[in-house]
Amino acid sequence: MALPQAKLDATEARLAALALPAGGTWITQAREAALARVREMGLPGRRDEYWKFTRPDTLIVPQAPKAAVFADDEGLPFDDMDRLRVVFVDGVFDAEASDDLSAAGIEIERLETAAAQDIHWAKDIYGTLEKAGQNPVMRPLAALNSAYATDGVVIRVTGKAKKPVSLIYHHQSETSDAILHNVIKLEKGAELTVLENGPAAARFNQVMEVDVADTARFHHVRIQGRDHERHAATHIFARLGTESVFKSFTMTVNGVMTRNECVIELTGDDAMAHVAGAAMGDGDFHQDDTVFITHDAVNCESRQVFKKVLRNGATGVFQGKILVQPEAQKTDGYQISQSLLLDDDSNFLAKPELEIYADDVACSHGSTTGAIDEDMLFYLRARGLPLGKAQDLLVLAFLAEAVEEIEDEPLREHITVRLQGWLERHSR
Amino acid sequence: MLEIKNLHVRLEEEDKKILKGVDLTVEPGKVHAIMGPNGSGKSTLSYVLSGRDGYEVTDGTATLDGHDLLDMEPEERAAVGLFLAFQYPVEIPGVGNMTFLRTAVNAQRKARGQEEMSSADFLKLIREKAKELKIDADMLKRPVNVGFSGGEKKRNEILQMAMLEPKMCILDETDSGLDVDAMKLVSDGVNALRDEGRGFLVITHYQRLLNHIKPDVVHIMSDGRIIKTGGPELALEVEENGYADIVEEVA
Ligand SMILES: Nc1ncnc2c1ncn2[C@@H]1O[C@H](COP(=O)(O)OP(=O)(O)O)[C@@H](O)[C@H]1O
Ligand SMILES: [Mg+2]
Repeated sequence: MALPQAKLDATEARLAALALPAGGTWITQAREAALARVREMGLPGRRDEYWKFTRPDTLIVPQAPKAAVFADDEGLPFDDMDRLRVVFVDGVFDAEASDDLSAAGIEIERLETAAAQDIHWAKDIYGTLEKAGQNPVMRPLAALNSAYATDGVVIRVTGKAKKPVSLIYHHQSETSDAILHNVIKLEKGAELTVLENGPAAARFNQVMEVDVADTARFHHVRIQGRDHERHAATHIFARLGTESVFKSFTMTVNGVMTRNECVIELTGDDAMAHVAGAAMGDGDFHQDDTVFITHDAVNCESRQVFKKVLRNGATGVFQGKILVQPEAQKTDGYQISQSLLLDDDSNFLAKPELEIYADDVACSHGSTTGAIDEDMLFYLRARGLPLGKAQDLLVLAFLAEAVEEIEDEPLREHITVRLQGWLERHSR
Repeated sequence: MLEIKNLHVRLEEEDKKILKGVDLTVEPGKVHAIMGPNGSGKSTLSYVLSGRDGYEVTDGTATLDGHDLLDMEPEERAAVGLFLAFQYPVEIPGVGNMTFLRTAVNAQRKARGQEEMSSADFLKLIREKAKELKIDADMLKRPVNVGFSGGEKKRNEILQMAMLEPKMCILDETDSGLDVDAMKLVSDGVNALRDEGRGFLVITHYQRLLNHIKPDVVHIMSDGRIIKTGGPELALEVEENGYADIVEEVA
């Protein structure tokens, strides 16, 4: 099917600004196939149904919009934790700033290194999970990423990783345009926690493909940082085997444009997928969580818990879907998206969806928008809490349900402290 | 200490007068009771004094130790020593009871220019007070009032009062929904706080509570006014004859 002319033009204009990186046979094939997908789908346009609430313009224009570098005056995230630091600056791996990858006790290498070889285990995942995730909804920015990603890491874990892998994305250039692709493979019974933080670049296109084999457990905690002018489109594609666990939490504060897509396929029985997010925006903030969970197997559980606090004209978007295939009996699916609007200028746009083809399932979803409860506020103030403090306490309480999805207690507290810090900086 | 003069209040949203000239003075060390039929304006009085939105004061004044209450934010009223035990304590999911109380204690101290209470001192104090009110550790950890029974909520109000040590305590129908044992706990909690520097305004529909918390003065409120004031015997009169006789007698 031919693309509309405007879409075709926009797509070719973007592609003209990029060059396929050189590499070994396996990745060249994957990149060429991905490029063919991009050409077939065309990049997202304003009229696309899937982009109804978020304008893709800044994410697809040939030149990344400029983004000032924010001087962070807060302690760096996860600083007090024992972790394997993997640092990227404007999307380029920084060996100096990173820990020694060869001493990590897990298999971890730079994408460039893996790409230089003619065959590599990552072949079965790179671009493959992304491609599977293009159906039934197209995600052209992810295909663009598979075609052009210049850096990233590939990780393979067999046992229980001793410490979390911490991916740190620094932003130093006002015009950087980073395309990063990470591949993570958890073999049977493996366990790994991945932490991510930092603005990464003026514009950031990121894909993370995660293959979670039977009985493996994957945890992911991400902080999308404070550089306000940055633009980001991220995708997570995960495939879950029997009795495996996948848990991902994202905190987003600030950012004129963030679109986080998470596409999960539960392919083995008794698997569990939890995705959660806490977002806080002030002013010209636009943050979009788009989640698509497909149940293909029996007796799996999935949860989506997303909370957004918005003020001074900020916009939050949630598009979440649970698709239950005919064979996925005994599915337990839950989805909640809620926003707390601190004024009348802010917006929450939500599209919760259930599509169920099995008959023996328990699925529920809900979406709410509300203001701070006046009775609660008065109760706190009547006990002596100043207005601002009382509001902050209620905002944190509102976000708590999402934060509680993080299994690890120190990480949970770490996130709470950072949310508190943001509130203090943004208190009236 | 608490001085209310000619207080007139109407609702902000609709043209409805609720308080129609209330005069009341509570002296330090005294317990005043307000009784009256449902809808007479007792809760409204407590809300207006503590600063809840939705009411417009059209006339009159209310001061606590000379502070013009009506001109202050709710938290400022709390900091000068006003406390309202709510008729309907509010449930606050996601805010731990203990965190809430510590924040409240320290916010009030800060507002008064006092040093914050250390965690150790706070813990020691709250354990002691909670024990007296038979509030277990689990209730302290749970979110504020969430999943509490009616009686637990009321005991939690008294715990807050005990921790905050206010000068002027208003109790709005703290007896409603309490069984005999809980009533005793709550009354003991209140009586333990009786002190020559502290005033109480005990709002109740029934005389029952006043057997436990002995008032010095009893006021009868009806249709937004205090229509009769007397000693403890007035409460007994209400118990025997109901409000109708008094309302008629005054009319
Ligand atoms: N926010 C409000 N909206 C509407 N009516 C109110 C409101 N607050 C009080 N009232 C009315 O004012 C009157 C007094 O109520 P209240 O103060 O609760 O009385 P009491 O506590 O003595 O039972 C009642 O008629 C009640 O319906
Ligand atoms: Mg009442």
